[in-house]
Amino acid sequence: MTNRTNAPEIIDAVDMKLLLKPYEHFTLDNGIPVYSIDAGAQDVLMLEWVFYAGNWYEEKNIVAATTNFMLKNGTTQKKAFAINEHFEFHGAYLNRSCYNETAIITLHCLNKHLVELLPVVAELMTESIFPEEELAIYKQNQKQRLEVNLKKCDFIANRLIDEYVYGFHHPYGRYTSTLDYDQLERDELVSFYKKFYTEGKCLVFVAGKPPADLAKQLNHAFGHLPLNKKAVPEIQYNVEPAGIKKYNIINDTAGVQGAIRIARPIFNRHHPDFPKVQVLNNIFGGFFGSRLMSNIREDKGYTYGIHSYMQNHIHASAWMVSTEAGRDVCEATIEEVYKEMAILCNEPVDSEELDLVRNYMIGSLLGDLDGPFQVIARWKSYILNNLTETYFYNSIQTVRSITAEELQSLAKTYLNPEAFYELVVV
Amino acid sequence: MIVYDRFVLDNGLRVLVHEDHSTPMAVVNIMYDVGSRDENPEKTGFAHLFEHLMFGGSVHIPDYDEPLQRAGGENNAYTTHDLTNYYCQLPAENIETAFWLESDRMLSLAFGEKSLLVQKKVVCEEFKEHYINKPYGDTWHKMRELAYTTHPYRWMTIGKELSHVENANSDDVKHFFFKHYRPINAILVVAGHVQLENVKRLADKWFGDIPMGEKYHRKLPAEPRQTEARKSEVYANVPLDAFIKTWHMDARLDKGYYVMDLATEILGGGGSSRMFQALVKERQLFSGLDCYHFGSIDKGLVAVEGKLVKGVAMETAAKAVDEEIEKIMATPVSALELEKVKNKTESVIAFEDMGVMSRANSLAMYELLGDAQLMNTELEKYHEVTTEDIQQSCKEVFRNDNSNTLFYHSK
Repeated sequence: MTNRTNAPEIIDAVDMKLLLKPYEHFTLDNGIPVYSIDAGAQDVLMLEWVFYAGNWYEEKNIVAATTNFMLKNGTTQKKAFAINEHFEFHGAYLNRSCYNETAIITLHCLNKHLVELLPVVAELMTESIFPEEELAIYKQNQKQRLEVNLKKCDFIANRLIDEYVYGFHHPYGRYTSTLDYDQLERDELVSFYKKFYTEGKCLVFVAGKPPADLAKQLNHAFGHLPLNKKAVPEIQYNVEPAGIKKYNIINDTAGVQGAIRIARPIFNRHHPDFPKVQVLNNIFGGFFGSRLMSNIREDKGYTYGIHSYMQNHIHASAWMVSTEAGRDVCEATIEEVYKEMAILCNEPVDSEELDLVRNYMIGSLLGDLDGPFQVIARWKSYILNNLTETYFYNSIQTVRSITAEELQSLAKTYLNPEAFYELVVV
Repeated sequence: MIVYDRFVLDNGLRVLVHEDHSTPMAVVNIMYDVGSRDENPEKTGFAHLFEHLMFGGSVHIPDYDEPLQRAGGENNAYTTHDLTNYYCQLPAENIETAFWLESDRMLSLAFGEKSLLVQKKVVCEEFKEHYINKPYGDTWHKMRELAYTTHPYRWMTIGKELSHVENANSDDVKHFFFKHYRPINAILVVAGHVQLENVKRLADKWFGDIPMGEKYHRKLPAEPRQTEARKSEVYANVPLDAFIKTWHMDARLDKGYYVMDLATEILGGGGSSRMFQALVKERQLFSGLDCYHFGSIDKGLVAVEGKLVKGVAMETAAKAVDEEIEKIMATPVSALELEKVKNKTESVIAFEDMGVMSRANSLAMYELLGDAQLMNTELEKYHEVTTEDIQQSCKEVFRNDNSNTLFYHSK
């Protein structure tokens, strides 16, 4: 008979060797750096062109996001339909996304079609024209989308909590109104585009199974473009957090749930406590076995899910607790969150729980490094945050060695309820 | 080409092994041949609620998650109309932990009252979060009730109503477990940095002594052929009018399934698709529009769904959709359009097959459909589709008599 009562022996994941596969690096003729991970079994590729063209650099709300969105909507040579058809005919997916500091063009394709696709990506960076009629359609449809989103308590909560933590004038705290769309002018997009895309700073990340002549192909399509000539402007914003800490908002009188956000400002990855707080965060609300999840979902059933995390920003961050809970148990949920904070401050984490979290974190990191897209994503994050692999190995060392006493002392420093903003949107 | 081995234990458990030594991880995926289509119409949402209970402790192990996390693993699960799938990933050295955990909960759950009590609440919150507290959240509840008169695809996997979840009791739980969660109704896929011989040994050790159970023979009431167009209207507190129309299509393994998969791409997949170009860009009747299907194993639905630009009348939007539908029925699509969507399909399959977890899931899925080898041959079925096939399928599926229209009005 198989003994089912005792768990099989395990090897502690903490003792496993973790290696971050190094990238290959080369530079195109015009200085564009290319970072590449060759680790694929399938003949597929992902390429990302990263520009410093996020809302950090815009002078007016949503110019950055709109410019990014409309890169695909017409060039001097092709209408929007022809651009889409070109990529789709080759079974490729061309996406664009806009963040705070950066804005990205992403291409997923089969290797065999790369040669057809790269010149058109270059065309989008240099010859986009932002047609008036396309802009009008975009405004109309985005305004409608916004109207739908404004009915959702989680959407409202995400906007407001960022505003409280950073202030509305900070790129991390700013959000969009329909008026912003109405006031948007084509000229503003054209000049933003010229400055931050056509003549902007660009980095390229590649992952999958790159062809042998990748450097040649990239140089042919992008090496002669007028990119990387000027330095990215140095712009600083002051964080202007709200004076009031607690908010209750009724967005929908018939709502059956409340979106709860509890957040405090916190430093970025360059602070020595950041990797340590990551461990504390895992214990608090960072994974399924965390205290918030165990207590508020698995014991009380107040919510489908509750999480805590550090926001993924470059300049500054916030430590956030986020959940949607039944309207009648919102107050009880918030109370339990503070109770869990207090327990972390008052009692050291026992070794059994700490060992579990260490193993979970290392095992999960091991899983995260599985596959070329995941590896390049980690490198991209490090490069954009101005970090090196030292950060990776330091973080692992922190997970392995941090003590219960250190965690308790971090909890006392950072999990003090008066530092947190608290918001419920029904 | 995905290489795998397959063997069957004496108790009927099918085991598939896919070695990939480029990763340090192992994936253990168990698919049970039960979904919301197998539910009692008076007790809907049960298959999904049950999925939650599978984490509430088994006969020898009080908690599923904790030992897995201790072994450096992560897991999740999902329930669809057709099936329930559980998967975990952990460092390959610790794979036996996954066998221990999965086999114990296949042997028997602990059937704790507390787990049932709490998970009913959790699932009710999930129901509220996704289907009540969101604008348009009840669209598919309403559409399924309109489109199906008989087949259990008539209700959503989350359940018809909150009370069905709230009323679930522990007798239901036990009955469901011993009917569906037996080795004979399950498929185990082990993938990643593993060796066939070791998997054989572990499968036998941990799963070999679980009683086989009875093979579940599905006898679902077939949806009768629809012979009259149906229409329904809703008025709700939403900012925009929405238009949804569906038609019944072929089952997962029928040729017509592959044909319709390509046809929906031509109509609504991406920025160069027909409906997006004509109805969103040129005529500006919709602010967004999708054409898709659900990938259902039994006869499923093709859907066109979009939000109207303010000021556009519902009838105008409906007529414009019909015009596109009539066009694809009347005239064969161009060779170029067909080649485009075939290329897209080839690409989607290549990207899907990148992760070990996704490969394990696909193998289980195809085994459930009847033959894991389909994973390697399915692309050919897409390549065989001709422009005539598309026209013929569209003529059959997009018959007006086969349609269900929902006008979702802003109040």
